[in-house]
Amino acid sequence: MSQSYNRGTIESFGRWREFSAGMWAWIFHKFTGWVLVGYLFTHIAVLSTAMEGAEMYTNTIVTLEGLLLVRILEVGLLAVAVFHILNGLRLLLVDLGVGLESQDKSFYASVILTGAITVASVPTFIAGAF
Amino acid sequence: MSTQPPQQQSEEPAAEQSADAESTPAAQQRREDKKAADRDARDERQAEKDANEAKANEDTREIKVFRYDPEVEEKQEPRFDTFHVPFTKGMTVLDAVIYARDQFDPSLTFRHSCRQAVCGSDAFFINGQQRLGCKTQISELEEPIRIEPLPHQDVVKDLVVDMDHFYEEMEAVDPYFDPDETPDGELEEQRQSRQNREKVKMSTRCIWCGACFSSCNIAAGDNEYLGPAALNKAYRFAMDEREGDQKTQDRLETIEQEHGVWRCQTQFSCTNVCPKDIPLTEHIQELKREAVKKNLKFW
Ligand code: HEM
Ligand code: SF4
Ligand code: FES
Repeated sequence: MSQSYNRGTIESFGRWREFSAGMWAWIFHKFTGWVLVGYLFTHIAVLSTAMEGAEMYTNTIVTLEGLLLVRILEVGLLAVAVFHILNGLRLLLVDLGVGLESQDKSFYASVILTGAITVASVPTFIAGAF
Repeated sequence: MSTQPPQQQSEEPAAEQSADAESTPAAQQRREDKKAADRDARDERQAEKDANEAKANEDTREIKVFRYDPEVEEKQEPRFDTFHVPFTKGMTVLDAVIYARDQFDPSLTFRHSCRQAVCGSDAFFINGQQRLGCKTQISELEEPIRIEPLPHQDVVKDLVVDMDHFYEEMEAVDPYFDPDETPDGELEEQRQSRQNREKVKMSTRCIWCGACFSSCNIAAGDNEYLGPAALNKAYRFAMDEREGDQKTQDRLETIEQEHGVWRCQTQFSCTNVCPKDIPLTEHIQELKREAVKKNLKFW
């Protein structure tokens, strides 16, 4: 075995600027997937306040929805979910071997659609927060 | 160039002038004239040299080459050396490093052989991507051109990396034709249908350069992952109809083992860098489906 040394970031994600579509799709998909898992727990926690009665639940929801931060996080959650679903469909096609030559284009399409849907959702989510 | 011997000046102009120059002795006049002529000639040569240099400068390309040599103390700390290589039409990255080695620094080390994308020995990390030096046109790259050894492999020296691990993965899939039965006459041809040949055509083009393996960050994280090239090799033979069911089953078992085909996360990095344009991800995905089909039973 030759002598070796650590070439540092070249070995890992230090080259992110040079990543291509498929790599970004992978990173975003992992990220959004785990954000969704995280949200699932939050979601359960919030819903379970209903165990302490209807009023408690209503109070919790009203308080949370009154916070601007929560409204912004909801927009983020929507973006994350939409991207995960669209790119998930892209990955299903990839698994079926359909349109592999245009996998980069379908990634860009996912990103653009996600952006559009997110922007369109902003009025709904922010309404009444101020 | 400084090594050029000084040109001998003809003495004719001096001889002409000495006729009407009574006051100064003829010999001295001659000497003075010769000096002046020498001076002119020197200026002329210098101007020519400058012009040449300017022309060359205008047409050089800047390459930054990764340098490392564990055996030389001053080179144990990796660094980048910059070379200005005169550009010629059609010049490849390999041509540039060969020029740098031959003209500037004979210690610059890299593998190459065929110079025509056949032997697979000169895969480098060029401007942030795995590419074959001999198949990459200098004119298509942004300057300065960074030339580094393949990532995720140990560097032996300069651009030379240790390929042993890559070759081990390649060997692990039995990268040779191995039919269940051979025809009676051992040496008889074993013909393949045209359709079947078409199916494996792209996969046969692999030149074992290791570019794909180096680009794959799953292979980087999982030392036992077979990697795109080996899986493509496995595809080439698993899809070959002449091998027979037994061997095909064996191959599928190798393919679907823990560090086989399921490690692939369809990042398409390998497909993007393969210099032979092999649709690696497509082949891996097809093998995944074959593996599923093999194991699915609906009764
Ligand atoms: C319509 C909805 C969804 C679709 C179409 C979808 C699709 C997919 C697909 C195809 C993958 C596989 C990625 C691969 O091949 O490596 C994946 C991964 C993943 N998904 Fe989803 N998904 C959806 C909803 C969700 C939800 C609601 C969650 C969270 C609770 C989630 C969490 C994850 C996680 C964590 C991963 C990454 C797994 C890993 O590390 O490999 N997904 N998704
Ligand atoms: S599959 Fe392509 S990139 Fe990988 S070793 Fe073979 S020729 Fe090189
Ligand atoms: S020198 Fe043979 S592939 Fe480049």
